[in-house]
Amino acid sequence: MKIKFTFWKLVFLALMAAGFYGTVVRFAQGLGRSTNLNDQFPWGLWIGFDVLCGVMLAAGGFTLTAAVHIFNIKRLQPIVRPTILTAFLGYVLVCVALMYDLGRPYRIWHPLVMRNPHSVMFEVAYCVMLYTTVLSLEFSPIVLERFNLQKPLKIIRAALIPLVILGVILSTLHQSSLGTLYLIMPEKLHPLWYSPLLPVFFFISAIAVGLAMTIFESSLSAKYFGRQLELPILQELGRVLVVVLCVYGILRYEDLLHRGVLKLVLRPGYEMYLFWLEMSLSLIFPLLLLSQKKIRTTAQGLYLAAVLVVLGFITNRLNVSITGLESAAGMHYVPKWTEVAVTGAIIAAGFALFGLAVKYLPIFPAEESHPLAQLEVIGATPVLGHAGD
Amino acid sequence: MSKALLYDATVCIGCKQCEGACAAQNKLPYSDAVAAEEVQSEHKFTVVLTKGDKFMRRLCMNCGDPACASVCPVGALRKTAAGPVIYDENRCMGCRYCMVACPFGVPKYEWSKLLPRVQKCTMCPDRVQAGKPTACAEICPTGATKFGERDELIAEAQQRIRDNPGQYVEHIYGVNEVGGTSVFLLSSVPFEQFGYRADLTRDPLPMYTYRVLSRIPDFVPLGGMVLGGIWWITHRREEVAAAEEGHQVVARKESEK
Repeated sequence: MKIKFTFWKLVFLALMAAGFYGTVVRFAQGLGRSTNLNDQFPWGLWIGFDVLCGVMLAAGGFTLTAAVHIFNIKRLQPIVRPTILTAFLGYVLVCVALMYDLGRPYRIWHPLVMRNPHSVMFEVAYCVMLYTTVLSLEFSPIVLERFNLQKPLKIIRAALIPLVILGVILSTLHQSSLGTLYLIMPEKLHPLWYSPLLPVFFFISAIAVGLAMTIFESSLSAKYFGRQLELPILQELGRVLVVVLCVYGILRYEDLLHRGVLKLVLRPGYEMYLFWLEMSLSLIFPLLLLSQKKIRTTAQGLYLAAVLVVLGFITNRLNVSITGLESAAGMHYVPKWTEVAVTGAIIAAGFALFGLAVKYLPIFPAEESHPLAQLEVIGATPVLGHAGD
Repeated sequence: MSKALLYDATVCIGCKQCEGACAAQNKLPYSDAVAAEEVQSEHKFTVVLTKGDKFMRRLCMNCGDPACASVCPVGALRKTAAGPVIYDENRCMGCRYCMVACPFGVPKYEWSKLLPRVQKCTMCPDRVQAGKPTACAEICPTGATKFGERDELIAEAQQRIRDNPGQYVEHIYGVNEVGGTSVFLLSSVPFEQFGYRADLTRDPLPMYTYRVLSRIPDFVPLGGMVLGGIWWITHRREEVAAAEEGHQVVARKESEK
């Protein structure tokens, strides 16, 4: 166990070092030298993965807060905090990634005052900004509890339900709007992915990924932080995941059928292969796995299905943002090593920050009782309020 | 009152003086080496393409309802009433959505610079404002590029096709493409041969996103109400259940007495 921990530390340091070097190249020499982007292909890995996938992977935050606080499904309560943490970190990292991709990052505040309400990007900018604020407020009780600040805690708790509702609305808007971004290019985006339903697809798949990420991180936390696995909860998430995936799959099929492009799924070519890679990872294999009761009810089976779903929808976002635009651009885009290094460092930072937060903040209810008990014994601090928000 | 350009490829002699005038107007370097580049770039806003004895210009089409201006989150790109689609580099934050959205692949980026700008033909807005033709139209020795009122130019292009049967492809490129542009092209060979897409929609592209965006003002209050309603119902149900349970307990105790 100890050797493994050191190994991951080394991986982390290596990724951060490469990312640091990439950062220096990006900000000292500009986008041209640090990326393989050009006039034919102006959006690459930083938009396709860091932004599109980053926002998607953080979807567990709104999915779980809606389930627990709006739909009042109390059984899911124990895993709300880790998903809020993931979502909060996810959005912060998306903002960091944007600073790399924007040609003039110091003007990131411009949409605040120079508004163009006809622009999808403007709407996404506003939603992401507001939702990051909402997430930091939803996350704040965890920090406030840690330092036993009762007054602000009371205020946040009083405002919790409106905050959750606002967060769900904002998430619905910008998760779908990331798909709307591509509606303006009917002639450029490959017909396997261009659809008037893109916003709907992005939204439904965000819910699927939100559930899958929750299963994924609960399993990882159980493994690396020595926590009890909330298996009954994950089984329930798995069941909902099946339903969401089925709805998504049927809509994708209906969409291809009614746009008259169903034959394209069998026309050999670069796009076809990546389309089937996406379909196998996001729908076919996970549904096959989850349809087996033996697999659906075990921790390993759920974990495997969740990882496949996450990888499948990452492929989907990259297909929309990269694969589907390559033939119109007349070129293949492969990210430069600096782009990959920066992205790698951002992912590594995400994992590290998650680990640190779990270590120092009351993220998991079970862990929280331990240091609390100690404090009470010492008697230095009054009894902390309970986590149950 | 909107101004436009009409380029008639059959009159063009490929002298590339429009390229030079454009470079001078936009303070860009121009040399034989630049003249030999047959692609639009951040330092070359218009190009005369040559294929045997056929020519074709490429420049910003200055669309009537431009995708680039519609997608720009900060309004750095804007369609003016006079016709030109102009760019304000002081607003631009460099998201490059305009480049992704443009159906003609016009906006270019200064990739090699630390603080890059989007670069494109802006149809000489200062000259147009002052009532003068664009630099390219003014210098053109044969009148292949003509500047004028949009409606008059369309009528003239139609007239030229009527008067010279067989000389032109029977299509004025730019009248209907993406809802109509402010640059019209006439040619004797299909436009696709010079990289112009023949399959562009006749709808203005901003419609495709606005159809979705325009629903947001409805969605926010409705979504809030529905979510609030669900919250109220699910929690009320719990309260009622708790209260009923309490009643039963009380009733049971009373009956026990």
